[in-house]
This record gives sequence, structure tokens and C-alpha cells, in this order.
Amino acid sequence: MELKNKSLFEIKDLIDGGSVSSVEVTKYFLDRIEKFDSDLNSFIQVNPKALDEAKAADDKIKSGQKGRLLGLPVGIKDLLCTKDLQTTAASKMLEGFIPPYSATVVERLKQEGAIVLGKLNLDEFAMGSSNENSYFGSVKNPWNLEFVPGGSSGGSAAAVAAGLAPVTIGTDTGGSIRQPASFCGVVGVKPTYGRVSRYGIVAFASSLDQAGPLSRTVKDGALISEVISGFDQWDSTTSEREVPQWSASISGDLKGKKVGIVKEYMEAKLHKDVEAQLKRAIDSLKEAGAEIVEVSLPLSRMAIPVYYMVATSEASSNLARYDGVRYGYRASFEDRPAESVEEFYCRTRGEGFGSEVKRRIMLGTYALSSGYYDAYYKKAGQIRRLLAEEFNEAFKKADVLIGPVTATPPFKLGDRISDPLEMYLNDIFTTSANLAGIPGMSVPMGFSEQGLPIGVQLMSAAYSEQVMFDAGQAVEERANISTRLPDGY
Amino acid sequence: MISKEQILKIAQLARLSLTEEEEAQFSPQFSAILGYFEQMSEVDTSSVEPLITPTEMEFHWREDQSQNWEMGEKVAGQAPDHSGNLFKVPPVVG
Repeated sequence: MELKNKSLFEIKDLIDGGSVSSVEVTKYFLDRIEKFDSDLNSFIQVNPKALDEAKAADDKIKSGQKGRLLGLPVGIKDLLCTKDLQTTAASKMLEGFIPPYSATVVERLKQEGAIVLGKLNLDEFAMGSSNENSYFGSVKNPWNLEFVPGGSSGGSAAAVAAGLAPVTIGTDTGGSIRQPASFCGVVGVKPTYGRVSRYGIVAFASSLDQAGPLSRTVKDGALISEVISGFDQWDSTTSEREVPQWSASISGDLKGKKVGIVKEYMEAKLHKDVEAQLKRAIDSLKEAGAEIVEVSLPLSRMAIPVYYMVATSEASSNLARYDGVRYGYRASFEDRPAESVEEFYCRTRGEGFGSEVKRRIMLGTYALSSGYYDAYYKKAGQIRRLLAEEFNEAFKKADVLIGPVTATPPFKLGDRISDPLEMYLNDIFTTSANLAGIPGMSVPMGFSEQGLPIGVQLMSAAYSEQVMFDAGQAVEERANISTRLPDGY
Repeated sequence: MISKEQILKIAQLARLSLTEEEEAQFSPQFSAILGYFEQMSEVDTSSVEPLITPTEMEFHWREDQSQNWEMGEKVAGQAPDHSGNLFKVPPVVG
């Protein structure tokens, strides 16, 4: 049975109808990983117990037990802790680390009956926009192996695009779900900050990080978002608000809804292929009945400096825990039995972290250091508040905002990796949603002239996700490419 | 401009040793990145309170209850070196 381009809902119906078992579905995807992933490098490790878990799910199905994801395989970004299964953050620092507990996101997926297929590749500690910073090697874009899949959740995006998993979990600190989703032609959802527990997720920038799904369809993304959202006693920043059943209510009919076009995004220098797809998406929303209005976010031009100051400052604090004492990498001290404790830390961290992680820890250390704090970290926080207020004003005029995900289509491996500032500028359209704490998603719209995918970004006000999913549904219906796979897959 | 001496000072504050290549690259890279970030000074932020987190920050009070936690050895087993539930470290001076 061909499952490679089926949605999660379609596979669920097949399992529920008894025409395929969880073991068969799981084996199908494990076989595809075996066959295709030596080229793509999207998985760091498959779960050696996946088939056992699928067998247990089949027993539950036979005994009449229910679960929203019962028997369905899910890939997990290797930034989320999985009990008794190696979790590396794609870093030498955590190679071989076996977590004693699972992230709340993983627990919730398993409570609904999901099978963990394996752990997906990423930029080290989720720091990167091309997946070229992984200790375990770059991930390739399945639409063209010479191109990057985006990052940091590059493995999560490439695996769904190539039909190696029906759905995966990523994390998004400044675009790390939405940008690779756009580059690989899949749906990617960054939830409202506070919807999804960060417990058990290797911390990068705690006021920005959120986990979310990458999937073939908007409705699949809505379902996974429902499962992983909700208050968690282990993360005090999660909201007690009720989680709506977005997937059950989803509708591509946008009559009576207002879609805001961000003036500054339309004036930005966009690649002609990106511009063309964005215009098609706006037309789709009009056809779906939406009224188009213009909104303005003047401070979005400051998104990159504000984001990188906040994110690196928080990272410099979060990554201070890697000290070579309690877990993770420790430099060898065989030939140098006694030295200073500072030297112990410096060598361990210097050898355990890759260059981009070091660069960001140091940028953050600088931004927080005496004499620079007011000009960098505090200033960024102040502009962040003003930007969040601009979004509040925009959402008085529009229910949902539409814009590009990136200014260009996917770029080639090696093209931007030597210039960190140029790489950071990739994130110009995605970082604002993290700074303001609002939800955002990327939905595939079409392809560049070179045949690489291009998505569009939709954003709604915090805790108003339904209208974002509805707009995504409208775009998806008109784009009509959700079952398409790259050649050869 | 961020000089090489400043780079080494920041690395020391962050407890990071750098490779020779990183030492050479970080100075021009930090100069370019921080130079670009200077544009933040264009925005008037007088009397604006920094936004530290977008969470709604509901405070959740709970009773402080003790619980048995029996993973001590399992957790210590993740350390580069351990003895029972204790972390072992090399001898250090200073």
C-alpha cells in the first residue's frame, strides 16, 4: 500500500478501518528511511524499539482502545528528550546522552498512541538556518540534493517532504519550523508562545522557543498542535487556557475574515519567484472570501538585531550548564592531571561546541556584559515591546496576516555558511512572531523556476490560532500540491 | 571594531577555548554583526519597559511536597565519570 504521500488523517482512517496495521505502517516508513536517508541524512537515529511500540499499539487497537494518534508514527527533532533514547541536539557536547525522562511534547504524543519513529537531524542546539551546523553532517533538500533543507529543523522538514515520516516535531526559536517547512514544501506550525510545554526540550532561548509540527497538510498540523498544547505543571510559562479542537473546526471558507498584508513586507526586496507565489496566495485568500486590508509593522525592520540580541543573550545563559561535570562531553585530562577549574571548563566547552554555537554564546555574553547591557540586551527588549504593540495594533485591523517566509527560494549548500550575518538575515520575516509570542505557520504555495518549494507565512494574534489554520486551509486547497513528492521518492 | 583581544576576553568570560581559525574569524565577523545591530540605536525607547517574555505569566502556587526520586544513579551514570550517585571530576588547582 502506498502511504508515502498520504496525510496523517488518511493513514489514521486506514488503521481505524483495519486495512493496515500500525506495524505495517511503521515498517513501511522504516524501510523508506533505510532506502533514502543515506542521501538525505535527515535522521540522526531511528528508534530501535519502533516496531515493538507499533506491536503494542496494534494490541491496543484490537482490544478497542482509542487514541487520537493510536498506531501513527511520528519523527522527533533530536532537541526533544526521549526517555532511554539518545538525544544529542546535533552536538558533540551531547553525543551519547540518554535522557532519564521524555519531553512533555513526546509524552503527550505517546499518550495518544503515537509511535516514535526516530530522532531527526538539526543545526547544533537549533542554531542555524540551513542545517549545515550539525555535528552529524548536513541534511540535504529532497527536491534537489545540492540545496539546503533550511534550518534548524531541517531533518524534520526533509523527512516529511521525502515521505519518510507522515509528520514530525520541530522547534522554532526564530523560524526554525517555518523556514525549513517552506524550503521543503511542507506545512510547519509555530504555536503561540505558552501553548506548548518546553519541559524536556534542550533550551536555546527560553522566551522564544516553541515546539510544533511539520506535516503534509494543514489539518494534520492542527491535530498535532492540539495534542501537544496545554498547561504543563513542569513549565510555568504554559497557559491554562483551554485548547480548542482546531482540526475538527477547520474550514477554508474565509467569508467575513480580514487578511492583513504587511506593507513593509511587500516593500522588501523579494526574489521574483517568492513574490509571485505570495501574490498567488493573496489571491487564494480573496477567492476564499477574505477581505484584504493593509497593515503596517514599521519596527519589523529591526527584527534581526532585536532577535539575535535576545536569542544569543538567553543562549549564553542556557548553555552555561554544559560544564563537563554532570553529563555531556568532557575534554580529556589524561596527560594533564592538574589544572585550573577555568581551564577545565574552557577546554571542555571549546571542544564540545561547534563554531556557530560558540559565536552565539559569545555574542550573548558580550550583549550582557558590563558596559554593553543597556545598548544591546536592554535596548533589544525595549524594541521588542514596541514591536509586540505594533502587532496588537495590526490585529485590530486584520484577523490574520500574510507575508513571505523568506526573501529567496532555498539556496545551495555552502553558499551562505561562511558569512554568519548573511545567514542571520534569512530570518528577517520569521523572527518577529517569536519576539511577539504570536503563532505563525508556513504553507506550501508553489515552486521556484528551479523547481524548489516556496511557502507563504500566516500569523494570527496570540491564542487565536483557528483563523490561521483556516487561512492555511484556504491556501492549501488552491495550491493543491500537498500530495506531491520530489522525483525519485 | 571588535579586536582580537576583545574576542579573547569575551571567550574567557564565556568559558570557551577557541581554535586558531575561530580566533582569526570572530573579530571581523563580530565587527560586522554588531555593526549591523547598531541600527537599534535609531529607535527612541525612552521610558519603554523591556519585554522579557511574551508569556501571560499566570502564577501557579502549589504545596511544596517532598517526593521520592530514585533516578540518582541513572542520572549520575550520564556523567563523563561517576561513582555510585556521585560525579567524579579530575583534580583541579585554583
